[in-house]
Amino acid sequence: MSMNLLRLFSNRKASAPVARERLQILLAHERGLRGQPDLLATLREEILAVVSRHIQLDPEKVTVRLDRGPTVSTLEVDIEVPNGFEQTKVHADRRSGVG
Amino acid sequence: MAKVLVVTSGKGGVGKTTSTAALGAALAQSGESVVVIDFDVGLRNLDLVMGAERRVVFDLINVVQGVAKLQQALIRDKRLENLWLLPASQTRDKDALTDEGVGRIIAELRTKFDWVLCDSPAGIERGAMLAMRYADEAVIITNPEVSSVRDSDRIIGMLDSKTVKAEQGERVTKHVLITRYDPARAARGEMLSIDDILEILATPLLGIIPESQDVLRASNVGSPVTLNNAASAPARAYVDAARRLMGETVDMIVPSERRGLMNRLLGRRAA
Repeated sequence: MSMNLLRLFSNRKASAPVARERLQILLAHERGLRGQPDLLATLREEILAVVSRHIQLDPEKVTVRLDRGPTVSTLEVDIEVPNGFEQTKVHADRRSGVG
Repeated sequence: MAKVLVVTSGKGGVGKTTSTAALGAALAQSGESVVVIDFDVGLRNLDLVMGAERRVVFDLINVVQGVAKLQQALIRDKRLENLWLLPASQTRDKDALTDEGVGRIIAELRTKFDWVLCDSPAGIERGAMLAMRYADEAVIITNPEVSSVRDSDRIIGMLDSKTVKAEQGERVTKHVLITRYDPARAARGEMLSIDDILEILATPLLGIIPESQDVLRASNVGSPVTLNNAASAPARAYVDAARRLMGETVDMIVPSERRGLMNRLLGRRAA
């Protein structure tokens, strides 16, 4: 009771419940990942392999990002390709008889 | 039978070294023979907190590499004759620690002492891994604060998978020791409560050490807080924690707010 009054006067909400909730969500997720290979690294590697079969890529220019939301998460793959990439690998490979 | 206990946390600055010194001294005071080992190669501090910094000749890595014998490197505490320190190296690279070498030393210490307390460095790198590698028990030092709780959770995961015990299908006995607990802030809902921490970490509580000037004062003069001011609140909390480690059942005292004059006048209750 007196603690609630104190909070009322100090015009501040207790922040501990927020800390607790954030931790519970985060740790539930992190515990699930434990012992698993790094998902993002695996995705990045495999996406890179598929795309570079067709386009010459700078591996540095490939970004894979996972954004965790409360209900859905988004997987964002950002691949920077040089202009005129259509001409690069596939066509070069065809000419040399590989593709 | 000897017990190997790692004092660990993941996060730095939460009180691992202070707690290792205080628990080691408390165990020694109740008649157990104790050795405390500093695993923080390159950043040793247990010697300083225990007031033995000027008596370090050889260190853990000298023993691992066979430059010195264990007996030459062990430093006896000036106050308690059954308390010993094995310091870390200040100059060497942490890669000089090997799994095999640490295993050999721990095995030898097991034959000479009742308790082997391993003071882990912060982080989850080699030094921290080796400090927990041969442990039978673990004290996880946690501050009532989100980053510390998260790191403790990570360390608990490692204790359950990367230790020799875990690899043999056994379990390291784990305890959470909450340090720097501020009852006034907890009462105002500004700090994670004890119950929150225990529920999140799902690990039994060894003790609650209140935030206190006595801890700093003890480290200033190079004395474990349990020896420097035995009547202080943190000292009593550490002594209780040590008794629990020895298997005694001791009532848990949750530090309460000291009521100042203003609080009394305003009729504020202690939590």
